[in-house]
Amino acid sequence: MVGIVGYGAYIPRYRIKVDQIAGVWGADVQSYRKGLLVEEKSVPAPDQDTITMAVEASKRAIKRAGIDPREIGAVYVGSESHPYAVKPSGTVLAEAIGACPEVHTADLEFACKAGTEGMYLAMSLVKAGEIKYGLAVGADTSQGAPGDPLEYTTAAGAAAFIFGHDKILAEVVETYSYTTDTPDFWRREYQYYPRHGGRFTGDPAYFKHIIGAGRGIMAKAAIKPEDIKYVIFHQPNGKFPLRVGELLGFKKEQIEPGLLVTYLGNTYSGSSPLGLTATFDIAKPGDLILIVSFGSGAGSDAFLFRMTERIEEVKDLAPKTRETLEGPKVYVDYGTYAKFRKKIRKANE
Amino acid sequence: MPTPARYWREIPQRYRLEAGRCRRCGFIAFPPRLICPGCRSREFEIIKLAEEGRVISYTIIRVPPHQFVDQAPYAVGIVELDDGVKLMGQIVDCPFEELRTGLRVRIEFRKIMEEGEAGIIYYGYKFVPA
Repeated sequence: MVGIVGYGAYIPRYRIKVDQIAGVWGADVQSYRKGLLVEEKSVPAPDQDTITMAVEASKRAIKRAGIDPREIGAVYVGSESHPYAVKPSGTVLAEAIGACPEVHTADLEFACKAGTEGMYLAMSLVKAGEIKYGLAVGADTSQGAPGDPLEYTTAAGAAAFIFGHDKILAEVVETYSYTTDTPDFWRREYQYYPRHGGRFTGDPAYFKHIIGAGRGIMAKAAIKPEDIKYVIFHQPNGKFPLRVGELLGFKKEQIEPGLLVTYLGNTYSGSSPLGLTATFDIAKPGDLILIVSFGSGAGSDAFLFRMTERIEEVKDLAPKTRETLEGPKVYVDYGTYAKFRKKIRKANE
Repeated sequence: MPTPARYWREIPQRYRLEAGRCRRCGFIAFPPRLICPGCRSREFEIIKLAEEGRVISYTIIRVPPHQFVDQAPYAVGIVELDDGVKLMGQIVDCPFEELRTGLRVRIEFRKIMEEGEAGIIYYGYKFVPA
């Protein structure tokens, strides 16, 4: 049996409300609030990036796992905002948690699904018996061009999961991946901001892949939507996950516990993984939980988990995701946000 | 041009707060030392410092060294960790009006500075309100 033995979430303290962004660009804030179902989003502090958030989320996962970090045989960081173009994020993470030097490390990138990719690799290495424990993190400080619709949602956060054979809190029941070449969102080398295909990111991209992976995993596991307690889909905005859930036959009550986007924004590689941590925080032994990620380009990874008795012992050992989201937060105005995100170009000294 | 060697040497302390504890008299050296200043012993064991503590003194830096210009004004404090070790570092995510001696803080992993646009990024510990 293979499963998750520890999980952790990290969300920065700073927030910006969509009113602030709409006000600067002369946009109709109501159409964004209603159209995207987003009220505010997280903003990384100037001294935070994918690596720092990955470290904090991983420390929380290790606390819940209660393992010696030296037993972690693989460390994977999935992100589209790795701080270096060349030099791994994973080495800093592995060193910071004390997993070096006997550890395999790689950085992954696949738009918003790099986090679940790492989870798939870590799980598979544990299953193959190559490593005792494997750590996978989805983390991003995502960027949207000034004035672009993406700017209303691109946010920051990280979720970490440790896979293993023993001390399992969520058993992996089934996995399924669905991938095609679909150019709905991209960023070329040396470009600061990504580009996207507007409405093309919907039906042929998000909906096609999540429905493909969702139906695929349920058929493989021979289960129906009503057998599942909570379901988490990638959350680029509030509307898409509710709509795709409806199309797959899920009810709002199954989707909402893992839906964080309205007050968090889209944390890209951290998006559906953070939703998963929020459902673990409230799950009961025996619950079936389904996560279906989506990454532009495009693909979806689906995991079906069954919670074990151990979830009750570990959920209180680290901060819970919703408490972190609702916890002490500091609102910034657009000017501060632009400075934090380096959207203001300073003169060379 | 600065070399990454110095930063690299300090990684165990910057990332993991590794200190040396004298096996004879219990003195904790951070960063580790070769000889105990208390009892002259050379026998140390590596320990990890506590990750929480309380602020015992602080100041606000308004005229910083050039690498920190974009961060100013910022708070720097001395924190007494729960194992008794006193450590200096930046206190972040804390409005200045909430800063006070006795404030409970915990360690978070943060970016300390960057060597310009093209150099390496220095990571390490800072304090945030607990």
